Amino acid sequence: MFYLSDIGKYFIMIKMSFFKPSKWKVLRKLIFKEINDLIIESIPIVAILSFFIGAVISIQTALNLSSPFISKSLIGFATRQSVILEFAPTFMSIIMAGKVGSYITSSIGTMRVTEQIDALEVMGINPLNYLVFPKIVALLFYPFVITISMFVAIFGGFLAMTFAGVPSEAFISGIQMEFEPYHIVYAYIKTFLFAIILATVPSYHGFYMKGGALEVGKASTLSFVWTSIIIIVVNFIITQLLLS
Amino acid sequence: MIEIKNIIKSFNESTIVNNVSTTFLKGKTNLIIGQSGSGKTVLLKCLLGLHTPDSGEIIYDGVSNKKMNDSSKTLLRREMGMVFQGSALFDSMTVIENVMFPLTMLSDKNDEEIREKAEIAIQRVELEKAYDKLPSELSGGMQKRVAIARAIVMNPKYLFCDEPNSGLDPRTSIIIDKLIQEITKEFNITTIINSHDMNSVMEIGEKIIFLVDGEKNWEGTNKEIFKTTNQSVTDFVYSSELLKKVKQYL
Repeated sequence: MFYLSDIGKYFIMIKMSFFKPSKWKVLRKLIFKEINDLIIESIPIVAILSFFIGAVISIQTALNLSSPFISKSLIGFATRQSVILEFAPTFMSIIMAGKVGSYITSSIGTMRVTEQIDALEVMGINPLNYLVFPKIVALLFYPFVITISMFVAIFGGFLAMTFAGVPSEAFISGIQMEFEPYHIVYAYIKTFLFAIILATVPSYHGFYMKGGALEVGKASTLSFVWTSIIIIVVNFIITQLLLS
Repeated sequence: MIEIKNIIKSFNESTIVNNVSTTFLKGKTNLIIGQSGSGKTVLLKCLLGLHTPDSGEIIYDGVSNKKMNDSSKTLLRREMGMVFQGSALFDSMTVIENVMFPLTMLSDKNDEEIREKAEIAIQRVELEKAYDKLPSELSGGMQKRVAIARAIVMNPKYLFCDEPNSGLDPRTSIIIDKLIQEITKEFNITTIINSHDMNSVMEIGEKIIFLVDGEKNWEGTNKEIFKTTNQSVTDFVYSSELLKKVKQYL
């Protein structure tokens, strides 16, 4: 029952964030600020992680394809498939649940603890529209981050293989091998859903938290745990629906 | 003027505010006093519309809360100013931005007019030198003054203060109390203050209601409170050693 009421409250929160909108002039500023905080400032960490994980994927694939009868181009193919289908959309989203999710929960939670959300309500401003809606809009640009992750991870794999002596032509032909555009569609559908989860689940944990400063930390941890679990479960459902 | 009739508010079958009726006067500083847990904050939140009473009626200048729909409640909120216990200033905004915020969000004025009105409010609380400072750079007393400026910038009809001098030294507390009282007279506002600070009671308690376990136990003025024979009130008023000694001299 407890979880059911939480789920209901979560969907009501999403609905309410679209009601009683603040002035467009104010919202526009908030949206740009959130795009900077949530998207632009995430690009460096995403790029660094993607580069090295892409490199590791290709090295491990190469390690398992030691037979001289197997084409080296398969390394590029396996790297591309791993990165596009799973690593960039799903695992990067779990990493982002730690970075972006904790930021959202702690910033909204601190506002709750210090009565800033009450102040908004007293002024007759819809706090959900003011705080959550700009984050949802900003995270609609999240596929842009994932695109960067895909390119950098494959580039990381390419460089690792070049240094390991694998001919670059073989890796590049592997990347182009049996390319299925539907896999990109699948990856972006997942990414879009994860973006909504990344914006709303941490907002829910911050907005409805109770207690003081210590609880802000606890709410951030709880938010990361739930966001990760929901991403993994949604990933399974979407994969079943779109790829099985 | 705000009139409340038989307000009852419970949480989880525990009655926090029990059948309270009174009138908060316009142009006067009305104090709700009582021990911690006596229901002061819940009553204030009922008046602000943050809690809906289980029963009873709140009448704002002749208009009952029972006859209000959502949009008229929103409009009513725009006539309210609130000073929170912890000031509740927006951390990421400077002093001037904090004070401009309600006007930016709710009025149709242009940026210049908004800034001009905010500057007047800041001047009223004598913080001209802190325009561009962040709340974290201000003392507790200064933060309270910014909160007062933000609360009055919309020219509210009702001003609510939740323990406005908590965490302040006695001298700054009196300055804040006096400022609230001056603003109340100047703008003819109905001001309601939650407090358990006896200095505030003595300085600005033009109308006082005393709550015990959610019920109204006594009602009067700051002059009457020291003469009352009500045992609960005298126990509360003379709870400190200092005031007990003062009473002996009186």
